[in-house]
Amino acid sequence: MTAQISPFIRRAVSEVVQSLLVSCWFMFLTFPIMVIKVNPLERTIDWQWMRLVWIGVAVFPLSFVWRYLMRRKEHGGAQDGEESWQKRVGDRLRTDRKISGPLLALLAVFVVAFPFMFSSYQTQIMISALMYVMLGLGLNIVVGLAGLLDLGYVAFYAVGAYSYALLNHHFGLGFWPALPLGAGLAAVFGILLGFPVLRLRGDYLAIVTLGFGEIIRLVLENWNAFSFGPSGIAGISRPWFFGADLSLGQHTVFLYFIVLILVGFTILVVNRLRNSRIGRAWIALREDEVACQAMGIDKTRTKLTAFALGATWAGFVGCVFAAKTTFINPASFTFMESAIILSIVVLGGMGSIIGVIVGAMVLILLPEYLRAFSEYRMLVFGASMVLIMVFRPQGIITGVKQHYRFGQKESAQEQGERDAASA
Amino acid sequence: MDYFLELFFGGLTRGSIYALIALGYTMVYGIIELINFAHGEIYMIGAFTALIAASALSLLGLNGPALLILAGLIAVIYSAAYGYTIEKIAYKPLRKAQRLSPLISAIGMSIFLQNYVLLAQTSDFLSFPTLVDEFAFMEPVSHIMRSSELLIVATTLVCTVLLTLFIKFSRTGKAMRATAQDKTMAMLLGININRVISVTFIIGSGLAAIGGVLISNHIGQINFYIGFIAGIKAFTAAVLGGIGSIPGAVLGGLILGWTESFATGYVSSDYEDVFAFGLLVFILIFRPAGILGRSSTDKV
Repeated sequence: MTAQISPFIRRAVSEVVQSLLVSCWFMFLTFPIMVIKVNPLERTIDWQWMRLVWIGVAVFPLSFVWRYLMRRKEHGGAQDGEESWQKRVGDRLRTDRKISGPLLALLAVFVVAFPFMFSSYQTQIMISALMYVMLGLGLNIVVGLAGLLDLGYVAFYAVGAYSYALLNHHFGLGFWPALPLGAGLAAVFGILLGFPVLRLRGDYLAIVTLGFGEIIRLVLENWNAFSFGPSGIAGISRPWFFGADLSLGQHTVFLYFIVLILVGFTILVVNRLRNSRIGRAWIALREDEVACQAMGIDKTRTKLTAFALGATWAGFVGCVFAAKTTFINPASFTFMESAIILSIVVLGGMGSIIGVIVGAMVLILLPEYLRAFSEYRMLVFGASMVLIMVFRPQGIITGVKQHYRFGQKESAQEQGERDAASA
Repeated sequence: MDYFLELFFGGLTRGSIYALIALGYTMVYGIIELINFAHGEIYMIGAFTALIAASALSLLGLNGPALLILAGLIAVIYSAAYGYTIEKIAYKPLRKAQRLSPLISAIGMSIFLQNYVLLAQTSDFLSFPTLVDEFAFMEPVSHIMRSSELLIVATTLVCTVLLTLFIKFSRTGKAMRATAQDKTMAMLLGININRVISVTFIIGSGLAAIGGVLISNHIGQINFYIGFIAGIKAFTAAVLGGIGSIPGAVLGGLILGWTESFATGYVSSDYEDVFAFGLLVFILIFRPAGILGRSSTDKV
């Protein structure tokens, strides 16, 4: 009897010892920064020993959970079953019209009714979430499809916002004519950035795009005559709605629908793009540059279109942003913003449209609803980013690979494939 | 002439700090091809630990060089411990994942660490105690170069030489080079990859902490946000010199430091960073793999 129990006990003891060690390690690690608080004015030191105890107590159970989840992830025995279960549900939702139809209708009703059901504040939050959906989808073209790591995406966002703000300030141009102009200008900047970085690959590209983003921000911050410097531009007009004099609340609702329509438009275009000739060229370029060139794909043009088309969406959203806040300054366009947009793309699941939407909702709504934790929200935010990546490295929604099956039903599609390939 | 020399040494100091941080970036990148965005935060934690240790120790009556060395040592140990732990938590589970996942994890870690220090300590600037007095022999040239600057340049030089020797001749150094070249092959030859990666993070973090202590001692104040800008600049320096190359990181750091210093001195301090990034773009157009980086050809 004892022989049977003892391995179990031994294992339990070793687990406890392991957790104790981890907890001691974290107590050691956090000791100076958590416990000792220097008061520089009076040159005194506060010792906060209770914090150390809390860390020890909190880390001990967490380390069990961590090891359990890690083991589950590595061996994946239970997870395999779960994966297939998730996949089954996903497939069912996608393919079965009887389920997906009503679900989509329900979603559409909810989305349309949203601003009437919730407060103006909630609508504002949803507007920014939807804006980030668009930014994510735009960056997804560059990073997810074409595989070009862009850390300066916020620059195009800034270009869009400043083009509307400046055109409005100097020439009184309204939102509607400024929208395509801002997007166009952003696309031009996309190409301008694209040219010098064509030869770079991987992480060299990342740092140059990061530098480009910073340059744009710094120029906006320091070129007072052009951009009014750090004080920014105020009093940008809101979108025009058939000359009607809207109240602030009505404006929010109106803006919500503008963004909603733009998001719908974006999803439509991105979805079509992905299956188009150029979209498949992007994916091919991402997978293998050399093979891609050997197949006769023009590398320069393909990369430049990716940059330009990706930047276009940022331009759109920039205009919307300027119209939403009616005040912009360079502080809204820091590197952190680029990092958040990139996180939306990767966290949601690269290359997948639903993934980007989910990612944007998580990353934008999470800090908003974490306001209850007030000062801890960014801490929790950073930690969740790490944890989501550690436990779901492929993103929340895994991108669905396109399969082409042989068979009678698919033969028409196959034919289309071949035509497109040979064209 | 004096103005020129002042700018020259100012740039040298700045460049040395960038070089110290860039070494960590370049080593980590060389081995696991990850832009470790949390590296700047390690530098910040090093500076904070040194400040805390120095304050606590000065209550015990320590001062002078002993205080600097002891506080610096504690900072290095703690930063190395942080680097080690961060790798274990945020990067090791992602070693087989797609390339962008660890990058996002690193960004998350960077946000977490910034806010951790912000909450545990303060969001204000803290004044850093002066740990070194002006050296007497530096008196005649003190208008050109301060003693703390000399200390920074000398320490960087020593660290770089030691690191180069370590990587060139020690067993671990050889294992590191082998891992950087071909991870699978290194594993087949019996190199413990996990250990090599841990050592890389520990050394890189230690160097960043040295940089953090020295620059805080020089400038005299720190806050939780210093790591972010320094990290980006150091990464720029690493790429400029050719990422993965140790002399490249030092050279890149120095070039970046001088560019910023002279641009500030002769043109305008507002556009300092514009010059830095402009230079980066310019150099990468002509040498896409950095100054000392070897451009690799794709084997088909």
